[in-house]
Amino acid sequence: MAEYKNVYLDYSATTPVKEEVLKEMIPYFIEHYGNASSLYTIGLESKSALDKAREQVANLVGASPKEIYFTGSGSEADNWALESTAFDMRAKGKGNHIITSCIEHHAVLHTCEYLEKQGFEVTYLDVDKEGFVSPEDLEKAIKDETVLISIMFVNNEIGTIEPIKELAEVARRHKVLFHTDAVQALGNVEIDVKDLGVDMLSMSAHKIYGPKGQGALYIRRGVRISNFIHGGAQEMGKRAGTENMAGIVGFGKAAEMARTNLDNHIRHCSELRDYLVSEIEKKIPKVFVNGSRKHRHPGNANITFEYIEGESILLLMDMYGVAVSTGSACSSKSLNPSHVLSAIGIPHEMIHGSIRFTTGDYTTKEEIDFAVEKLVEVVEKLRELSPVNSEKGWN
Amino acid sequence: MGLYNDKVMDHFMNPRNVGELENPDGTGVYGSPVCGDMMQVQIKVENDVIVDAKFKTFGCGSAIASSSMATEMIIGKTIDEALAISNKTIIDELGGLPPVKVHCSVLADHAIKCAIYEYAEKNGKKYKGLEGFDPNEEEDDHDHVAEE
Repeated sequence: MAEYKNVYLDYSATTPVKEEVLKEMIPYFIEHYGNASSLYTIGLESKSALDKAREQVANLVGASPKEIYFTGSGSEADNWALESTAFDMRAKGKGNHIITSCIEHHAVLHTCEYLEKQGFEVTYLDVDKEGFVSPEDLEKAIKDETVLISIMFVNNEIGTIEPIKELAEVARRHKVLFHTDAVQALGNVEIDVKDLGVDMLSMSAHKIYGPKGQGALYIRRGVRISNFIHGGAQEMGKRAGTENMAGIVGFGKAAEMARTNLDNHIRHCSELRDYLVSEIEKKIPKVFVNGSRKHRHPGNANITFEYIEGESILLLMDMYGVAVSTGSACSSKSLNPSHVLSAIGIPHEMIHGSIRFTTGDYTTKEEIDFAVEKLVEVVEKLRELSPVNSEKGWN
Repeated sequence: MGLYNDKVMDHFMNPRNVGELENPDGTGVYGSPVCGDMMQVQIKVENDVIVDAKFKTFGCGSAIASSSMATEMIIGKTIDEALAISNKTIIDELGGLPPVKVHCSVLADHAIKCAIYEYAEKNGKKYKGLEGFDPNEEEDDHDHVAEE
């Protein structure tokens, strides 16, 4: 293949670890290897690094450090929040009904399905054409038995930013606990847990230029949920297991950088994202943007290319070094098209042709130009190959 | 290390026999964009031998590669020989497909049978390989556990 350039446009999948973050992490493998639970000097050094990281993460979301519990991933945080709350509340006789949305990440959806098997009742709220959950719909779905509401902050596929403050307000009015999966929101929108009024919030380090395998759950002071991993006294006894010090330190540094860089990050990502969308709309016919144009993750663009299929686009773009993702069924192991695009009413044949691009801190205008140039070629090539086109229509 | 082997990638990147024939003797269309893949194949037949074939496919990498390989396999074959081609033989010629993609090869196999069916109907011919074949049969919901 002639021209090859590494252009990463999938920052919602994961991000590279920033050098400043890695630099902070490295000493915790060989030099500062002490167990934070040990009472001698190198143990205490780890303990203080742990405290610092907890504060850095807390600062990013406006929480108190005591409200931050480190986990092994964002998915673990979601599992913990949902399972522990559900089982605790049922044991207390408060009810067995959970409300979530139909566009959640699988970390929440599959946990809800598991809870259904355990006898819970789950309501999956529909969303509108742009992917918004309506506070009115939420209010109508609340019953006496409702014990937990979990609505994602930012959707991972179409980038829609949910009205979390309004939704949490509805929950509070009905005295129901409110959890939000903020994995895609963290470092991309301003988060202040006090102002939002959420009870629990899930986070992940690797979406904000920190390491993989590191997450956290914010649990508002006063909210008590059962321990998730039983064992030692780590994480105030709630999540046992010797701390992943390098991961936690990396998460702390990444959180600090995300906080100080938030405005620049949002401006940079959204400018390049907007440029990408306008270039695609200008140069490629028969495309449309999925999701909200306004209340959207700063780096996210989800675009359908009519008459062709997403995995083919992805593979051909990969040949040029451009990394993107797709909602096509063919790219998923389950062979089901994206549940998010289905929920916002996109017909299946158009879901198969959807591509998600996400810009990030390292994206440049030159990269966007290269990606668009290749995209024009790829779409043209696949449309020539396709038996469906704008003249014939979809049949 | 990619999703597909080199041969599949070659047929996906440089598909053979793409396009449409001017006066095809048979046209077969199978699948639908709703399901994620659809193939149109056209054949030219002389003395019961497929002398040319062209295809157009909407679908993923393996759907396109299977289409390309299948057309290459039927050109020069007699109708009976072409009818004997199964999705298994297409996969073998491609050097294998990931298990989750096996259904994509069924697409090519069925589309070819549809094209031959149309040719047989138009010319009042009967072929053993078409016995029990119904071109309008619903796509079998992507038989995920098709033969591998």
